[in-house]
Amino acid sequence: MNALLDVVLVAGLLALALHVARARDDQGAIVGFIAFGFLLGLGWVRLASIDVALTEAAIGGGVTGLLLLRVEAHTRDSSAPDRTARPITIAAAAVLCIAVTAGLAFVILNLPSPPPTQAPAAAAALDATGLENPVTAVLLAYRALDTLLEKVVLILALVGVWSLAPDHLWGGAPELRPAVVPEPLSYLARVLPPFGVLIAVYMFWVGADAPGGTFQAGTILAAMWLLVMLAGLRAAPDTRRVTLRLLLIVGPAVFLAVGFLGFAMAGGFLAYPAGAAKPIILGIEAALTLSIAVTLGMLVSGPSKRAPTS
Amino acid sequence: MSALANAPFYVTTSGGYLLVLAIILPAVAVLAMLLVPPRHVARIAFAVMAAGLAVALVIVAELVGTGMALAYVVGGWQPPLGLALRADGLSAAMLAMTAVVICATGLFARFHQCLEPETQDGRAATTFWPLLMAIWSALNAIFVGEDLFTLYVALELLTFAAVPLVCLDGRAETIAAALRYLMFALLGSLLYLLGAALLYGVFGALDIHSLSRLDGGAPAVTVALGLMIAGLLAKAALFPLHLWLPPAHAGAPAAASAVLSALVIKAPVFLILRLVLDVAPSSAGPLAGQIFIGQILIGQILAVLGASSILFCSVMAFRQQRLKLMIAYSTVAQIGYLFIVFPLAAGTETLPAWGTIAWTGGALQLVSHALAKAAMFMAAGAVAEAFGHDRISDLGGFGRILPISALAFGLAGLSLMGLPPSGGFIAKCLLLTAAVTGGHPWLAATILAGGLLAGGYVFRIVDRALATPAVELVARRPIPRRLEAVALVLALAAVGVGFVPLQPFGFLQLGRPAVSAMVAP
Repeated sequence: MNALLDVVLVAGLLALALHVARARDDQGAIVGFIAFGFLLGLGWVRLASIDVALTEAAIGGGVTGLLLLRVEAHTRDSSAPDRTARPITIAAAAVLCIAVTAGLAFVILNLPSPPPTQAPAAAAALDATGLENPVTAVLLAYRALDTLLEKVVLILALVGVWSLAPDHLWGGAPELRPAVVPEPLSYLARVLPPFGVLIAVYMFWVGADAPGGTFQAGTILAAMWLLVMLAGLRAAPDTRRVTLRLLLIVGPAVFLAVGFLGFAMAGGFLAYPAGAAKPIILGIEAALTLSIAVTLGMLVSGPSKRAPTS
Repeated sequence: MSALANAPFYVTTSGGYLLVLAIILPAVAVLAMLLVPPRHVARIAFAVMAAGLAVALVIVAELVGTGMALAYVVGGWQPPLGLALRADGLSAAMLAMTAVVICATGLFARFHQCLEPETQDGRAATTFWPLLMAIWSALNAIFVGEDLFTLYVALELLTFAAVPLVCLDGRAETIAAALRYLMFALLGSLLYLLGAALLYGVFGALDIHSLSRLDGGAPAVTVALGLMIAGLLAKAALFPLHLWLPPAHAGAPAAASAVLSALVIKAPVFLILRLVLDVAPSSAGPLAGQIFIGQILIGQILAVLGASSILFCSVMAFRQQRLKLMIAYSTVAQIGYLFIVFPLAAGTETLPAWGTIAWTGGALQLVSHALAKAAMFMAAGAVAEAFGHDRISDLGGFGRILPISALAFGLAGLSLMGLPPSGGFIAKCLLLTAAVTGGHPWLAATILAGGLLAGGYVFRIVDRALATPAVELVARRPIPRRLEAVALVLALAAVGVGFVPLQPFGFLQLGRPAVSAMVAP
């Protein structure tokens, strides 16, 4: 039964990938890509990697798909000439992809079995953190520095997007609301957010002990916010607003502050005092969830389209 | 012996926290800059630049004082589960060089921004600073990171800071150049990440020390290293993957070009060096013969690409009509020298790679090119600011109006050509000696030809600077001396590197296992 499920899953993934590569219209390809993301999420579930599955569905399918759809809508109206790749380019890309895939398949099928892994070590060290989800322990304790730098990367991406605004609009608000808001969208934007927020809070809270965590929770919050902005219920804020900036940096700032406190209280940067690790990590995660939600929401919203108010 | 083998390799040393500060201080600045009003952003940058420069210099002093590498185990989690930072002699030299170039760039950018007070708090000026700080944080993380995934995050940070710098002025063609850069850089990141994941699949560890001690899984390791190096080559813009670089580096604002050309492309080169030297299995392993051939092969492929880079892009530089494009092509050519180091510095049982003269030559080329190229881009920036364009044919006699910039350009050019006294001379002299004594006549010929070609394109500009044009060249606006002086100081520093002795440089071997430890089983 499970084998059958896997075969169907893999066949579906391959078919969708082929559809995305061959689709003539951009919109069709993007919709295929979103479906591919969700199906890939299911694939990760089958591999027992629930944390990866949630992130793939939320980021790979959800946020990236939305971003692509907005880009497509944006470029559709422009009178830029339609540029299709030449057959030789397509052939070269295909050959390269096939070579990489074949090489990877060869290597992965020859990997040592059972694979060497840090999983037992990660599980054994869990006690010191008070957490029960080893993925969260990896992200916020063992490899906290990587996570911290990743959050700075996310903010840098936003700085980069904002820098694309014309000079006179810099600091103003992005514009998401389409000219005509479809009635179903407006309805969803009123009904979904309370549930979305609830699910996000649950995701964040459960992340300490079970699959879930800040990134998934932050993505869901961002999706709810985007829904509200897309439906025009609330306008996007000015990018120079201090409240917005504060929300953006609060997560990494709290993370950094805890890191420096570690020098004084726990004998080193990003070390947690014994016994207090779990509440501190939850505090960092709460702040990070907010920052991730705001960063992702503003990233999808794009650069300023209106002059700053006041 | 077994007790020694089980003792952790990474132990936090007394000055280890400095490595954390080197990475984190610029990151703190990025966050703070988002919060404060635009007029305070540059102030934060200068405070952090002063602190960061001090940190880098203290790291060097600490290294010289103790004669040992600095290390820090983050959060007390021992690798391979946790992360460690480590700075040996080469890393410390990179940290110091980076701090100097970043601080000089900061000064140049500030003086440049002061020329136009009305846009001083505007989009481009304000956005520049967090990007500069992020580049600094990422570079420091790359130089001291000991974990392949930390290095990946640092590479991403570097990319996301460098790409917006390219299109900071917002013109359509620079945005196109930035997009092309982004595509190359993301492809590079993807390949690197694939390789890192494969290595974890084979060894179950990502820290460089664990990887350097493990042998076996040869095909997977070869594929992984191949993917990672190919990805890094795309980021380092080695021929034939250099197509993105000239438009990106030539189109960026002057201060940004300086950082991009001097520092940003050095990061992937540094990582390739670490992969080949530290991760690629050593010849002492059980599969010795096979892997050792692989390592030599990697070195030879890199050298061929490097030599092609030197020859092809030097010619391209000579043919350019625009000053900044010429300098950008020269960057690709000069990067080529860093890749012909690999076969030249191939160590033997008694002499490790870092004890060879080619190793010292490569490191000196890295440092002196960074200083010289930053100086050149700044001088070109002053020229473009003064005359409103950088068409070489219309710059006749610019040396009369901008003597300091012309001098800075000429001195930096010495280093690129490899004429004494300059860091480039020592570097190329060492490489040439290594090529001749090591039996690599083609590489020796390439080094000489590259020097001649560099002489060609540098003298073409110096000739313009000293020319007497039929129509007197008039500056669009006066250029303050201090703006030009920054370029001159960097060019003089590049010349100053030329006064290190012509022999393997002891500082660069600090923190590397001694010869005797190398050959022990």
